[in-house]
Amino acid sequence: MPKHLTRRQALAIPAGLALANLAGRTAFAADPVKVGLVAALSGPSAKSGEGITRGLTIAIDEINAKGGVLGGRMLELVRRDDESNPAKGQTAARELLDKEGAVILFGGIDSPVSQAIVPLMNTAKVPFMGVWAAATNITRNGANPNYIFRVSAVDVLVDRALIKHAMTSFSSKTPGLILVNNGWGESNLGGLTAAAQVAGIKLAGAEKFDDKDVDMTPQLQRLRDAGADTLILVGNAAPGAQVIKSLQRSAWTVPVVSHWGISGGRFPELAGSWAGKVHFVQTYSFFGNQSDVGKRVLAALMAKYPDIKGPGDVTPPVGVANAYDAMQLTALALNKAGVTDGEKLREGFLGIDSYQGLIKSYTKPFTDDNHDALNENDYIMVRYNGDQIEPITG
Amino acid sequence: MLATALVSGLGLGSIYGLIALGFTLTFAVSGTVNFAQGSSVMLGAVLCHALAIGMHWPMLAAVPAALIACALWGLIVERIAVRPFVARGTNSWLMATVALGIVLDNVVMVLFGKEPRALPSPLADDPWVIGKVGIFPLQILIPIVGLGLAALVHLGLHRTSLGLKLRAAVDNRDAACLMSIDVTTLIAVTYAAAALLAGIGGILIAPLYNVAYDMGTLFGIKAFAVAILGGLTNPWGVVIAGLAYGLVEACATTWLGSSSTQIVTFTAVIAALALAPSGLFGGRTKVRV
Repeated sequence: MPKHLTRRQALAIPAGLALANLAGRTAFAADPVKVGLVAALSGPSAKSGEGITRGLTIAIDEINAKGGVLGGRMLELVRRDDESNPAKGQTAARELLDKEGAVILFGGIDSPVSQAIVPLMNTAKVPFMGVWAAATNITRNGANPNYIFRVSAVDVLVDRALIKHAMTSFSSKTPGLILVNNGWGESNLGGLTAAAQVAGIKLAGAEKFDDKDVDMTPQLQRLRDAGADTLILVGNAAPGAQVIKSLQRSAWTVPVVSHWGISGGRFPELAGSWAGKVHFVQTYSFFGNQSDVGKRVLAALMAKYPDIKGPGDVTPPVGVANAYDAMQLTALALNKAGVTDGEKLREGFLGIDSYQGLIKSYTKPFTDDNHDALNENDYIMVRYNGDQIEPITG
Repeated sequence: MLATALVSGLGLGSIYGLIALGFTLTFAVSGTVNFAQGSSVMLGAVLCHALAIGMHWPMLAAVPAALIACALWGLIVERIAVRPFVARGTNSWLMATVALGIVLDNVVMVLFGKEPRALPSPLADDPWVIGKVGIFPLQILIPIVGLGLAALVHLGLHRTSLGLKLRAAVDNRDAACLMSIDVTTLIAVTYAAAALLAGIGGILIAPLYNVAYDMGTLFGIKAFAVAILGGLTNPWGVVIAGLAYGLVEACATTWLGSSSTQIVTFTAVIAALALAPSGLFGGRTKVRV
């Protein structure tokens, strides 16, 4: 082997590298843009992951049918199951970023999982889009720059809506809180306490339960004895159902207003005959008069998923609707950024001017100070009728 | 509040006691326990759900079928995870039973799914209300079944020829063998009976809770604590310890709040064992010097 390069070789190598790079770029331009989802795809909250998947899929189908993003690249969804476990969520997020090359991650129902992923995303400088988990500190996390965005409820705002609904629908003056014993419950304890203060009412008390608790009657009895005239429930489907079963066992016919965690699983089946008593919050209902976007999304859902035969079969609607709008906003941000680079994509989100979405018409959905696209004006109250989620009227 | 705590505590305590009875049976006869006892709880509930809800069997057929399967599972545990290790004189059965339980949990997870399911019962739908206290008929049935089975175990051990053979095997295994008592089969039978008791516990608790592949873990751990607390070899002691454990748990939640429940309950277990190292109702071990 020659020890020194000839002049011709010295010129040929950089030229070859440049050509290879160009060829690589050409191939890269045809590659799909991968978007990741880390959510509960199995376990008690599996329905939430399925709902989010469906919302993302319908939006991706629409975007790809119109030519994709960034001048012709197709969007591709890659999913990982976090099993509602923060450690597994972190591992899944790293895998989607490092192995799959996802340009953005979407999150699932569990606030503790999203809270665990947030620092990782801010360090990696890749945007994260929350589409369900509502803990206030997911988006308001103190990072600068902040790569976390959300098209979903925010606990601090939901809590105001829950207190308001308890007061207006049930004339509540001393609501009692029954909260899951984790970071999400803590987030809502602060939010509900503040919301009650602002509304000028006193809380009867706050009780906690663990996900695997069998009998919550002692906690409910404490609230009953403290004079609770309404219960405000924060928990996911299975433990939420245990609260309602315990309530039924106690024969305490107190109104229940709930955060939306109960809609992420088989709540009506698990809670039994009292499931329909619970009023809970959502961001969208496929019932009633629909906008053009609503009609289009519902038609696409019915065409793609045989189990959806009408608006009541879109369960949980919050997961589908939030994910649909979040994906459409992401496509706008990608086109605004012009590249898939995380920093540019973040700027792309901040640069979106307007979007006629499913949940609402968005105007400047994200700013430097506000990374939450939805607010308290975007919430609706619903209840179960059998397995279907229907808006509360009157 | 006292009435609510009593109802809640006695109901759950009976389940803990029922499952813990299984630990007592196998330990008394063989000096080993099935750490997959929680998985047997789950197996009973899952099979009952699969047959009654999934295959629309009448409950009167689904329950016995599920319990027979639990007993067979107990035989399998003894044959695979206990007997070979005891024969070699090691304590590896301890880990082997844990591992077999994990295998069963995961097989059920694949076949049954990860989502919890409901097992509705007319006994857990319409509560009886006395004053401010409501109670499902099933919550009354559970302690009755628990105490009834403890009585059956007691009678079985003291009033039947099988019980006589079991006690003979406990007292002196070699002498029992010389008297043509098939100790190996007796041990297998106790494992089947232990799994059966756990299965009954699973089927009884399912309508009040839900049915899931991982539902047995917590019950198994609490039942083992109860078995140790009760004295491990004393069936009545174990049942009473189960009721006491359930009551302490419910009272702690009622008066101190849910964040104190586990702290108070397990501190009470440690304190009780510090005072009575062989359990509250366990006989003291005589040491000859």
